[in-house]
Amino acid sequence: MTWLRRLRNNTQVEAQLDAELRFDYDQRVAANIRAGMSESEAQCAARLAFGGLEQIKEECRDARGTRWLLDLWQDFRYALRTLRRKPGFAAVAILTLALGSGATTVMFTVINAVLLKPLPYPDADRLVTVNEATEKYGDTWQLSYPDFIDLKSASRSLAPAAWGYKGGTISAPGDAEHVDSVQISSDLFSVLGVPLLRGRAFGPQDDRPGAPPVVIISYRVWQSRYGGTPAAIGMPLVLDGNHYTVVGVAPPDFQLAGEVDVFTPLGQTTDPRMQNREAHFLPAVARLRPGATLAAAQSDLALIGHNLAGQYPKSNVGRTFQLHPMLEAAVGGVRPLLLLLLGAVGLVLLIACINVASLLLARAVSREPELAMRVALGAGRGRLVRHALTESTVLALAGGALGILLAAVGVRPFIALWPGALPRAEEVHLDWRVLLFTVAVSLLTGTLFGLAPALRTSVRALNQTLRAGARSSPGGSRRLHSAFVVSQIAMAVVLLVAAGTLGRTPLRLSSLDPGMNVHNVLVARVALAPGALTNPAQSRAAWRDVLDRARAVPGIESATLSDIIPMREGQDELGYWTTPVQPPTSQLPIALASAVTPDYLKVMGITLRKGRFFTDQDRTGNVVIDEVLAQHAFGQTDPVGKRLFLQEMGPTTVVGVVGHVRHWGLADDDGSQLRDHLYFPFAQVPDTFMPVFSSFMSMAVRTSVSPLTVVEPLRRNLRGTGGDQAIYEVRTMEQLASRSLSRQRFLMLLFGIFAGLALLLACIGIYGVLAYLTSQRVPEFGVRMAIGAKAGDVIQLVLRQSAGMIIAGVVAGILATMAAGRLLERLVAGMRPAEPLTFAAMVAVLLIAALLASFVPARRASHIDPMSALRQE
Amino acid sequence: MRHDNSSPKSDLPQGTLDLLILKIVTLGPIHGYAIAQRIQQISRDVVQVQQGSLYPALHRLENKGLLAAEWKESETGREAKFYRLTAKGRKQLKEETESWARLTGAIGLILGSEGDAN
Repeated sequence: MTWLRRLRNNTQVEAQLDAELRFDYDQRVAANIRAGMSESEAQCAARLAFGGLEQIKEECRDARGTRWLLDLWQDFRYALRTLRRKPGFAAVAILTLALGSGATTVMFTVINAVLLKPLPYPDADRLVTVNEATEKYGDTWQLSYPDFIDLKSASRSLAPAAWGYKGGTISAPGDAEHVDSVQISSDLFSVLGVPLLRGRAFGPQDDRPGAPPVVIISYRVWQSRYGGTPAAIGMPLVLDGNHYTVVGVAPPDFQLAGEVDVFTPLGQTTDPRMQNREAHFLPAVARLRPGATLAAAQSDLALIGHNLAGQYPKSNVGRTFQLHPMLEAAVGGVRPLLLLLLGAVGLVLLIACINVASLLLARAVSREPELAMRVALGAGRGRLVRHALTESTVLALAGGALGILLAAVGVRPFIALWPGALPRAEEVHLDWRVLLFTVAVSLLTGTLFGLAPALRTSVRALNQTLRAGARSSPGGSRRLHSAFVVSQIAMAVVLLVAAGTLGRTPLRLSSLDPGMNVHNVLVARVALAPGALTNPAQSRAAWRDVLDRARAVPGIESATLSDIIPMREGQDELGYWTTPVQPPTSQLPIALASAVTPDYLKVMGITLRKGRFFTDQDRTGNVVIDEVLAQHAFGQTDPVGKRLFLQEMGPTTVVGVVGHVRHWGLADDDGSQLRDHLYFPFAQVPDTFMPVFSSFMSMAVRTSVSPLTVVEPLRRNLRGTGGDQAIYEVRTMEQLASRSLSRQRFLMLLFGIFAGLALLLACIGIYGVLAYLTSQRVPEFGVRMAIGAKAGDVIQLVLRQSAGMIIAGVVAGILATMAAGRLLERLVAGMRPAEPLTFAAMVAVLLIAALLASFVPARRASHIDPMSALRQE
Repeated sequence: MRHDNSSPKSDLPQGTLDLLILKIVTLGPIHGYAIAQRIQQISRDVVQVQQGSLYPALHRLENKGLLAAEWKESETGREAKFYRLTAKGRKQLKEETESWARLTGAIGLILGSEGDAN
C-alpha cells in the first residue's frame, strides 16, 4: 500500500520534492556562473528557465496519483475543524443521526439473523418442509405415519424425515423431571446433516416396533444427568417408566422447533395413531437429493399423492403434498412484521436525516460569504461540493458509529420484548454484515442530506453574494426548507396515527367477550407419575386422583381436565359429518375437539345455550357442540338430540350447545379457519388412546381466591404418593388472554416509541428552520416595527408562515396514512382503519407541538429592537 | 515541449520524453539535472527539456514503477535524488524502442518512396 505510506509521509515527500528541485536550480546557477555570468545574472537566468516553481510541484503531485486522497484528507480535517468550532450543532446532528441509525441497525440486526442468514445446517438451502394439503384447509396438515412411510419409499427427489412431539418424565438417572421429548424417524439427523456429538444416530434396525429401546439425549441432559462423561453411551435412562439405552448425544445447540431433551425412535412407538392414515400429527422435513430442484420434487410428490389417493380413497382423495423451503417455513410468519418495523424505523431515520439536512442548509446559507471568498481564491465548484459532502459524511459516520453502539445495547431488550418466541432469536448478534449495512446506510444518508446544501453552492450565485456584500440572501433556501418541514410533518403524522390506531386496538380487543370467564382460573399441564402411564386403567385412576387432590386444596372451587386450553398452544382436531354416508376425508369440515371432564363448563365459565353438559354418567357417544358448529352443521334447526359423526369415534349424539370460546385468542379468533368446536367426555377416550392423551392432558381449576396463591399448595398436593407427579406451564387464564394480544401490544409500544421520536425530531426540525428563517427576516421585521407593527403582528406573521408549512404537512401525512393503514390492517389481526377520533387526536397533538415549536422563534422575533435591526442592514 | 528560439530546435513528438528519460537512465543512476543536460548534449542542443516537463515525467515514471529513486551524494558533494531503471522499466524501454524503430522505419520508407516518385 504505497499510497497509504506516501499519505502518511506526506511532509517528507514534500520536503524531498522541494530538495530535488532546489538541487536542479542550484546546479543551473552554478553552470551559468561557470559560463561567465555574474551571480545575480545566473540566478535570474536559472529562474527564467525554471518557470513557475509551484506549478511544477503541483504537476509532480498530480503525477504521483495520490492527489484525490490528499484532497480527501484535507477536506476531512477541514470538516473536523468546522464541526469542532460549532460543538452544539455537531452534537445535535450526531445524536439525531445516532438515534435514527441505531434503531435501524437494531431492526437490521434482527432481520439479518432471522430472515437473511441460512439456517444453521449444512447446505440449508436444500432443506424443505413437507406438509399435506387439502382444498378446504390448505397446506396446514402434518403427515400421517403411513403417508410418511409411503412418501419415503416412493420419492426419488428427496430424502424425508419426520418427528412427533411427546412430553415425558425422566425418572432415572437423577430426580424425576418433565422433559421435552420427540420421537424421530431414524434418518432425521442425517437428513438435517447434523453429526452427533457422541455415539451413533438411529438406524433402520431401531425404527420398528419391538426393537430394543434406545434413546439419544441432548447435550443438556448429558451434562446434567451423566456429568458429560463419554461413558454415558450404553448407560440406561428411564423415560415414562420405560427403560432405554443411551446410544448418542446431540450437539449442544441442536434445536428442532425448540429445545429437545430426549429423542426416541418413531418406529418403536405403540401409539395407535401410527397405523392411522387419517391421524396427521407428524411434522416433516426433507433434503432435496443432488440434482433435484424444488419444482421437480414438488411434481414428484404430486404424483405420489395422486397414487396414494388411488390406493386409499377414503383417507387420501383430494390430498396432496406441499413443499416449502425450510427457512421460509421457519421465519415466513415474522417476515411481514419485521419488514413493517424496518419501514417504521426507516421513517424515523428519514426524519432525522431531514433534520440534519435543514440544519446544514441553514449553515451553508450563513457561510455563503466565506464560500464566495474561497471561490474568488480559486476553489472550483466540484471542490466546494466535495467539501460539503465530506462534512455531512463525517457527521453521518459519527452518527452511525454511535448508532452501532446503541444497537449493540438495544438488540437484546428488543428481542425480549418480542411477542411470543422470535424464531432463531439465539442467532441474533451484530456481525460484519450489520456493520457493513450501518456504514452503507450512514454513507447513503450522509450523501442524501449533504447533497441539498452542497448543490446549493453554485459558483454563480456565490459571485453575486460577494458582489452583494457580506449579507446573505436566504430567498432560494426558503422553499427547500419549507419542503423539509412539510415532509417531516407528513412522516410524523403517519407514525402518530399508526401508533394511535395501534394503541386503540388492544383496548378495543380486550373489551371483546372471550366466551368464557377468564377471572380466577388457573391452568397447568400435568405430568402423571411414570408408573401410571403404562396401563390405561391405572391412568384413568390417576387422573381421577389428580382431580380429587386438586379439589382438596383450600381456595379451589372446582377442577377439570382438558386436552386443549383456550388461547394456549396445542390443539386437537376432528373431522365431522351429519349424514350417515361419510364424505371423502379431505372434504370433511373440521372442528376443534376438547376431551373434558364434567366440571369443564363450570370451571371455564362458558354459557350453556341449549340442552345439557356432561355428567359422570356420560361414557359413550355423547358430544356437546358450540354455537358456531351448530350454525354450520344444523343451521336453524335445534341440534340437541341430532346425530353427529366424528372421525375415529363414529356416531355420537349432540346433548347440548354452548357458547363460542375465542380459542385462537381475542384478536385472531375471528380470522381463523378453524372455529367450530366440540367437546366430548374424557371418560369416552378409548383405552388404546389413553397413553397419548395422558401425555398431554392439562388441568384447570376455578378459585375463590387469587389464582396464583393456590399454585404452591396445588403443586404440593398433586405430587402424588410416589412424589413423582408434577404440574408445569402454570398460567392464569387472564395471562393467556392478555398474551393473545401481545403482538398488538408490542406493535403499539414500538410504534409509540417511534412516533414519540418522530414528533420530537419533527419539532426540533420545525424549531430550527423557523429560528433560522426568522433570523433572516430580522431586518424586515425591523422595518415593519419601525413603521408601526406591534409585537403581536410580528408573532402572527411568523406563525402564519409556519402554519402554512404545518398544514401542508398534515394534509400530505393524512393521505400517506390512508395507504399505510391498509398495510397495517393486513398485518395485525383485529386492526381497524383509523377512526376519525384517532386521526383528530393525533393531528391535534402534532399541531400543538408544532405550533409550540414555532412560537419560540416567533416570540423572539417580536422582541427585536427596530433600531438595531435596521442598523444590521 | 517548450524550446528556445535562439537555436534551431525540434519539437519532441508526444510521449517520446518518457522514452528518452528511460534511455538516459540505462547508463546508470543519474539525477534530474544531469538527465536534462545529457539529453541536450547527446541531441547536440536540438532537444532541450524544461524542468516543468522533466520532473512531472520523472515522478510519473517512478509512480508507475519504471524508475526507482534513492538519495545519494552527487559529484558536487550535495545530496541529490538519483534515478535508476527497474526491471519493469527495462522491459518497457525495450518494447518502446522497438516500436519507435518500426515507426520511424515506416515513416522513412514512406518519405523515401515519395522522393523516388519525384
